[in-house]
Amino acid sequence: MYIWIPHLLTDWLEVRKPELRGRPVIIRCRQHGRVIISAANTAAKKQGIFCGMTEADAKAIVPGLQAFDEIPGKEAQLLNAIGEWCIRFTPTVAVDMPDGLILDMSGCAHLWGGEEAYLKDLHTRLHNRGYDTCIAIADTIGVAWAMARFGGNGSIIAPQQHTAALLQLPPQALRLEEAVLERLRKVGFRRIAQFAGIKRAALRRRFGDILLQRMDEATGVILETINPLQPIAAYEERLACLEPIRTATGISIAIQKLLYQLCTRLHNEGKGLRYAVLRCYRVDHQIISTEIGTHRSSVNTDHLFKLFELKIPLLAPGLGIELFILEATIVEDMPPAQEALWRITTGNMESAEVAELIDRITGKISGAGISRYLPQEHYWPERAIKATRSLQEKPGTEWRCDRPRPTQLLANPEPIQVTVPVPDYPPMLFIYKSQLHNIKKADGPERIEREWWLEDGELRDYYTVEDEHGQRYWLFRSGAYSGNRTSEWFIHGFFA
Amino acid sequence: MKSLLANEKNFLIDKLQKEVLLLEGYKPATVGKLHLPGLQTIEAAFPNGIFPLGAVHEFLTFEPEHSAATGGFISGILSGILSPGGVCIWVSNCRCLFPPALKAFGLQPDNIIFIDVHRERDVLAATEEALKCNSITAVIAEIGELTFMQSRRLQLAVEASKVTGFIMRNNARRITSTACISRWQVIPQPGAAADGLPGVGYPRWQVALQRVRNGRPGNWTVEWRAGKFAVIEESRFRLTINKHIRQAG
Repeated sequence: MYIWIPHLLTDWLEVRKPELRGRPVIIRCRQHGRVIISAANTAAKKQGIFCGMTEADAKAIVPGLQAFDEIPGKEAQLLNAIGEWCIRFTPTVAVDMPDGLILDMSGCAHLWGGEEAYLKDLHTRLHNRGYDTCIAIADTIGVAWAMARFGGNGSIIAPQQHTAALLQLPPQALRLEEAVLERLRKVGFRRIAQFAGIKRAALRRRFGDILLQRMDEATGVILETINPLQPIAAYEERLACLEPIRTATGISIAIQKLLYQLCTRLHNEGKGLRYAVLRCYRVDHQIISTEIGTHRSSVNTDHLFKLFELKIPLLAPGLGIELFILEATIVEDMPPAQEALWRITTGNMESAEVAELIDRITGKISGAGISRYLPQEHYWPERAIKATRSLQEKPGTEWRCDRPRPTQLLANPEPIQVTVPVPDYPPMLFIYKSQLHNIKKADGPERIEREWWLEDGELRDYYTVEDEHGQRYWLFRSGAYSGNRTSEWFIHGFFA
Repeated sequence: MKSLLANEKNFLIDKLQKEVLLLEGYKPATVGKLHLPGLQTIEAAFPNGIFPLGAVHEFLTFEPEHSAATGGFISGILSGILSPGGVCIWVSNCRCLFPPALKAFGLQPDNIIFIDVHRERDVLAATEEALKCNSITAVIAEIGELTFMQSRRLQLAVEASKVTGFIMRNNARRITSTACISRWQVIPQPGAAADGLPGVGYPRWQVALQRVRNGRPGNWTVEWRAGKFAVIEESRFRLTINKHIRQAG
């Protein structure tokens, strides 16, 4: 199906400025120092204005002409917007610059009760929004393009009839360059039927490869592909509603249906869902969306629904939702679940219940950080652990416990004042948060060198100290002793 | 004859006590299954003489030093009740816990899932959600305030799921009554190195079981030594704190 919007820019202008409706309007642009017309509306064309004319000539013909400057890139922007809106008719919509849209409507028309109703609905809706369109339905892109422009508005070519329809059209309907068309005109070809029967070699010699290629594309010998605006997601389920949905109950039923379809499909293919997006197309052309993520691939409909259930109050249905699309954006392989003869009461990191619990918590509390820690082969305390979001990741190395490490570690070491009797001895006392701690016992020093291949800085000499109340601290002196400066001391943690 | 009667009386009272406990929701204890290796003295303070799992325990801490000690003590308890590969959840909004230290208390730090939230009410919400999931073994939550109603909600959650909850109240401004089964306070004590060697020695705490439902509150000095708890007798403990000699090395 091809939608040709002949007056795209001027239609848009008229939508924006209703007072222009019915009056001649042109869009002008500068080309080689001249101001020429790049688009004109129907009223202007009726009075003899055509694209490519200079603005001065046009103003001489039509005195009350409204001229507007061209906005670069506006066509593409408009076509993209209209194309995205058209996704309610079919998932595969492509933009055909400068003034058309290509829709792959295979398997969609029956939802509207046939191609005629489908075409009419699309035409009426676009017309109501202010865009004049010529639409044609055909087997190939080439013929649909040709029929939209030369075959009259609303033509529907029956299956397998596209070649016959094409033969009746002028050569311009083949999407050819002006030079080739000129040569065809010189020879006297007015319709495609006149040269379609000529030998291919002769045609190629006279008019080049492009003519044959265009003809093959139109007849369907060469398959032409389009670039859809939105690439079709591999795992997507759609639910179109007869009546717009406005209630939470309605939305939850829709989500349940979609999840059931999606999960059945994923389950059959041995996949599990990790991330899903639900998009709701509202009656007022707004799209609202919400998303969920899981920590472990899942096809458990109940669990996934619970995650969506938390998001339902955030969806504003407005006047109603007419289409739901559930897309699994991230899908992972899922090993088949083993049937258990008995229920193991305590789970481990691999169990689905734990992953589901984490999903529920992240869904319920926005901004909840979930982390596990794995050991890293670094002595530097800040780098000794590595945070991971994965529940399955195994530690790559052993946890060390040969050195004393505090149970509470300050995120940033805090400076303290100390009294040290002898260099390289633990301090006698230290003041932290304006409280004096007399040190009774101490262990250390444990020297931890800074990893010079990662960062610059001073080494640390760590001491485990115990004050008179039995409270144990982890202190360090930054840098080695040197004669001419006082060394800085920090507290870094609390021992159990 | 008299002693026989007394025995019978004791037996009857014991039996009645057990029936009352059953009515209150305590499952009859499985014989010989102690949960806290090395802490038999403390475990005897609980009803049926068993540290109750599937309940919420409350720990009061007032200083970061107390939090560190409490964290160590809880980790020690957890290492006794956690089966290999079992999962714990640690919920907090101001966490400074350093996971590698837990290895020294017999816990595998990668078996703990840390949940960091921004607000205190989110800590409670996450804790409650986690306590409802029976696939995990224990939930540790760092909460400032805990009202009776909030603790009741947590208690109801664990009654169904049999998950053990540990609440660390790190800023208990008002000590309110809660529905928790016990209230502890763990305060660090000066350690004693073995055989008078210099240095800090093993972690030692004063563990106060301030309140326990149907049990006997008490006060003990506990040490974490060579991978398990050890209860220190009072006399030895007094001897060590009087020794104010600064030892360094």
